[in-house]
Amino acid sequence: MILNTTRRVAGAAAILAASTALAGTASAQVDLSGQTVEFVIPFSESGGSARWANFFAPLLSEHLPGNPTVVVRYRPGAGSTSGANWFQEQDTADGTLIFGTSGSTQFPYLLGDPRVRYEYNDWQVVLVSGTGGVAYLPTDMATMMDGLDATGLQGQEFIWGAQSATGLDLVPNLAWEMLGLDVQPVFGIEGRGDGRLMFERGEANIDYQTSSAYIRSVQPMVDGGMAVPMMSWGALDDDGNIVRDPTFPDIPSFAEVCEATPACETEGEAWDAWMTFFTAGFPAQKMIFLPGNAPQEVVDTYTTALREIIARDDFMELAAAELGVYPQMTGNAAQAAFRLGTQVSEESRSFVINWLEESYGVSLN
Amino acid sequence: MELFATAGPALLDALALIAQPQQFAFLVLGVLLGLSVGVFPGLGGIAGLSLVLPFIFGMDPVAGLALMVGLIAVVPTSDTFASVLLGIPGSTASQATVLDGFPLSKKGEAGRALSAAFVSSLFGGLLGAMVLTAFILIARPLILAFDIPAMLAITLLGLSMVAILAGRIPLKGVVAAGMGLLLGTVGLGGAGGSPRMSTYDMPYLLDGFSLVIVGLGIFAIPEIVALLRQDRAISKSGDLGRGWLDGLRDWWRNFWLSVKCSAIGVLVGVIPGLGGSVVDWIAYGFTVQSSKDKSKFGKGDIRGVIGPESSNNAKEGGGLVPTLIFGIPGSGSMAVFLGGIALLGYDPGPHMVRNNLDITYTIVWSLALANVVGAGLCIFLANPIAKLTTIRFTLVAPFLFMVIAFAAFQSRQSLGDLAALMAVGMIGIFLRRFEFSRPAFLIGFVLSAQAEAFANQVYQIAGSRLRRGGMEGMLDYVASPLVLAILALTVISIWIGVKQGKQVLGNETPPTGTKRAPVVFMLAITAYVVATVWNASTIDYTGDKVFPLTIGIATLIGCAVLLMRMRAAPEGDALFADNEQGGEDAEAPHGLWSTLGWFAALLALSALFGFVIALAIFLVAFFRLRAQVSWARTLVLSAAGIALICVLAGTLGRDFPPGLLQEFVRLPWPLT
Repeated sequence: MILNTTRRVAGAAAILAASTALAGTASAQVDLSGQTVEFVIPFSESGGSARWANFFAPLLSEHLPGNPTVVVRYRPGAGSTSGANWFQEQDTADGTLIFGTSGSTQFPYLLGDPRVRYEYNDWQVVLVSGTGGVAYLPTDMATMMDGLDATGLQGQEFIWGAQSATGLDLVPNLAWEMLGLDVQPVFGIEGRGDGRLMFERGEANIDYQTSSAYIRSVQPMVDGGMAVPMMSWGALDDDGNIVRDPTFPDIPSFAEVCEATPACETEGEAWDAWMTFFTAGFPAQKMIFLPGNAPQEVVDTYTTALREIIARDDFMELAAAELGVYPQMTGNAAQAAFRLGTQVSEESRSFVINWLEESYGVSLN
Repeated sequence: MELFATAGPALLDALALIAQPQQFAFLVLGVLLGLSVGVFPGLGGIAGLSLVLPFIFGMDPVAGLALMVGLIAVVPTSDTFASVLLGIPGSTASQATVLDGFPLSKKGEAGRALSAAFVSSLFGGLLGAMVLTAFILIARPLILAFDIPAMLAITLLGLSMVAILAGRIPLKGVVAAGMGLLLGTVGLGGAGGSPRMSTYDMPYLLDGFSLVIVGLGIFAIPEIVALLRQDRAISKSGDLGRGWLDGLRDWWRNFWLSVKCSAIGVLVGVIPGLGGSVVDWIAYGFTVQSSKDKSKFGKGDIRGVIGPESSNNAKEGGGLVPTLIFGIPGSGSMAVFLGGIALLGYDPGPHMVRNNLDITYTIVWSLALANVVGAGLCIFLANPIAKLTTIRFTLVAPFLFMVIAFAAFQSRQSLGDLAALMAVGMIGIFLRRFEFSRPAFLIGFVLSAQAEAFANQVYQIAGSRLRRGGMEGMLDYVASPLVLAILALTVISIWIGVKQGKQVLGNETPPTGTKRAPVVFMLAITAYVVATVWNASTIDYTGDKVFPLTIGIATLIGCAVLLMRMRAAPEGDALFADNEQGGEDAEAPHGLWSTLGWFAALLALSALFGFVIALAIFLVAFFRLRAQVSWARTLVLSAAGIALICVLAGTLGRDFPPGLLQEFVRLPWPLT
C-alpha cells in the first residue's frame, strides 16, 4: 500500500483564524492535531480518482483543525468493488479514515452486481464532486444533423471505443440509442484517452470525453475543423432539473437534442433510467465518505473544512486544471446529490439490466 | 517547420534551466531514489513517484520535473542488479536479462555482466533521449499511423519470439506459451466482464494474476530453490573472475546490437497501448535471431544481457513521446508522472510542446543526465555489489524469500498474493524440471490481455468497415502496408525460430529417468487446459469466449500430439527430460520439497501470525536449522533482515500481510 504524506504548515495560522470565523455555523470541532488521516480510494495510483484525491489531500491537511497529516492510500481491485467492500467493514469513527468513491463504485451498486457487499446508505457523505461530458462527431457526420434534430444521423453506422458495458460508458450508449442512432461500442479499451485516439485515427466516428479532457484534447480538434461537438450531457440545477452545462454554455444538452429529435422522448422509463445513471455518473461522480458510526461532530468538522477549501480565493484556479469548473457540494447539497446518485427505482434498474442484456448480451448474474 | 527553428534555442534554454545547482541537485536526488527503489524486485517507477508526489505541489517546475524524470529514468538501470546477481526479475522491464545474466553470475562473471548491462542501459537511455528531442515535434502522424491492426500485428511479432525461445522440443515451447496465454485470461473478461476460470466466490481470481507475481514465480522461485539445494555460493568458482572492464569491452564489441535493440526499445515505447513489459523479450528474441553462434544463449552469453538492457532504458524515452504530445500515459508510471506534471501547473498535450518547449526539453535533458549519473553510479558499484555472488547462498536465500514475499504482497495487499506466488512458483519449478520453456510461458502471459483486446477490437471495427465500405474498405483497414510489413517480419521471425530455435537454450542430451513423472505432469497440464476450454465454452458473451476457447483448443492439440509422441518414444528420449534425474539438481545435497517447504512455511506462518512475526520465526529457524550458523550470527542476521524490511515498508508507507492473529488482536505497526 502506498502512502502520500502531506503536511502544509505554511499559512496554517491564517486558515485557523478563518476557520474560527466560520465555525460559528457548525457545532463542536474535533481536533486532529498529531493524527494521520487515511484517505482511501479503491483505485490504483494512475487513474482520475487518484488525481482527484491527491488534489484534495494537501488542502484537507491545511484546513482540518490541528492540521493532521493526510495520506492517500490505494486499494484497487475488481473495478473498485473490493476497496468499497473493505470500507464497509471499517469502524474507525474518530475522523482518521475517509473513503473516496467514483461512478465506477456507484454503477455496480445500482445495477446489483454480485460482487457488491457494500451499502452506500450506511456511510456518511461529506463531499460530492461533479463533472460533465461532451459527445462529438467527425465534421462530415455533424453536417447530417438538422439543427438540434439528430434524425439525419439515423441509418448511419457509428462505432466508438468504450471501456465496459456496465461502467460510465452506459450513459452515452443509452443516450445515443434513445436518439435512434446505430452506435456499436467496441468494448475493452483501457481509458477514455484510448477512445479519443481511435477517433483521431478514424477508427471511431463518434466519441465522448469528460469535461477536462474535452477542453484539453478535443477543443484543439474542434478548432482545427476535425471534430464538431454534438451535445453535452448537461448539468443539474438546484431543483434537480437538467440544464445546459455551465462549462459549455454554447453546446446544447442531450435534453435539448432529445426534445428536437422525434424518435427521442424526455419522459418514460428510458428517460428516467438515463437520468438516474447520468446523475450517478456525472453530477455526483466522486464522493468522500466517513464510516457510518462517525459522530456528528466529526462529520461537521469535515464539512466545515471542505466548505473552507471550496471558498478559497484560489480554489477555482487550482481546481480548473484538475477537476474542471463544477460544483463541489457539501452539507445539504451533498446530501441531495448523494440521494440522487445512489438511489434508483426498481423500474429504472430492471430497464437498464434488460437493455444491457438485449443490446450487448451482458448479463449481470 | 518554424517549430524546428525554435527547437535549437529551446534546447539550449532548457540546458540552462537544468544546469542550475538546485535543479541538478533534485535530479541527483531523483536518481538516487530511483536506483534504490529499482533495486527491490516488484517495486518500480510507480512506487518511487508516489513517494515524491506529495512534495511536487508548489515546487519549481524544472526542479520537480528533474526529480520525477531522474527517478523514472534509472529504475530500468538498477533493476538489473537483482536480475543478474540473484536471478530475480528486478522489474517487469528486465525479465529477459535473467536468462543470460544469471548464468553469467553463476560462472563468476557477475561484474562483467553488470557493467555490460549498465553501459547498455546508458547508451539506450541516451538514444531514447535523442529520439525524444526530435520526435516530440514530428511524431504525431507517426503515432496515429499505428492503428489497432498494427498494434495487433506487433503483439503477434512479440508472440513469434516464442519460436526462437521454445527450447529443445519446439512443441513443448508452444504448449508453454499456450499455458501462459491461458493464465493471462483468468479473471473478468476485458470486453464483457464474464468471469473466466474464476468465480465471484473467490474475489482474488477475478482480477487475474499480476505480472510481478508471475515473473517472480516463474523465474525467481525455481532458481532460488535450485541454488539453495546446493548450499554453496552463486558463483561456482566462488570468486568474481573477470571484472567490469571486460563488460565495457563486450559492449563495445556488440555496439551495433546495442544500437538496434535501443531502436526496438524506442519504437515499442513510442506506440501507446503496447505497454513496456514486452520490450525486453522482443529485444532478447531479436538478439538471439540475429546472432550467428546461438549455442551459448541461456547459458551465459553476454549478448543476451546487452540486448534487453539496451532496449529497456530506451523505452522510457520513447514512452515519453505519446505521454507528452497526447497526454496519454503509456504505462502506470507514466500515468502518475502525468499527474505530477499537472501538480506543477502544466498540462501535457500539443500546446505544452508548442508553448512550453523549453520546459518540455528540460525533460529530455533530465532523461539524458539521469541516465549518465545513474549508470555511472551503478558501474562504480558493480564490482563491490557483485561480491554478493561469492557469499554462501544459504545465508542470502532467506532474505530473498523475505523480499519476494513482500514484493508479491504489494500487488493486491491480500493473502491471496502469497498463495498465488506459491502456486505460480510450483508451476515454475515443474516447467524448469521438465524443460518447458519458461520464457515462452512468460511471453504468452505478458501478451495475453492485449492480444485478446486488440483481436476483439479489430474484428468489430473490420466488421463495421465491411458493412460500410465493402471488402475493399475492410482490407484497407486490416491489411494496410504497415500491418503487412509487420506481419512479414513476424513470418521471418517464426521461420528463423523454427529453423534455428533448437540450438538455443541447450542442445546436449538432457537427463531422463522413467517416463512416469514427465507423463504425469503432461497429463496435469492437459487437464488444466481441458478445464479452461470447458469453462470458456460455458461463457455466454462472445467477446469473452472466443479467445480462451481458441487458444485452449490450440494448446490442447499441442498437448495431445505431445502425449502421443510420449507414448511412442522410448524411455531416454529428450521428450522425457527430467532434471531431477541427473545433473546439478539430482546431485544436490538437499531435496526439492524440503527446500520449497521452508518458503511454504514462511507463507503459512504469515497467514497465521502476520508477516513480521512469521519472518522472525522463519529467519531464526532457517539460520539455526538449515544454515546451522551460531546463535549469535542467527540473531544478528535475523534482526538485520527484519530491520531492513521495516525501514523499506516504513519509507514507502506499505503494509505487511496480516494473518489470523491480527483478526483478533490489535497490534502496533509493524506487527499489524
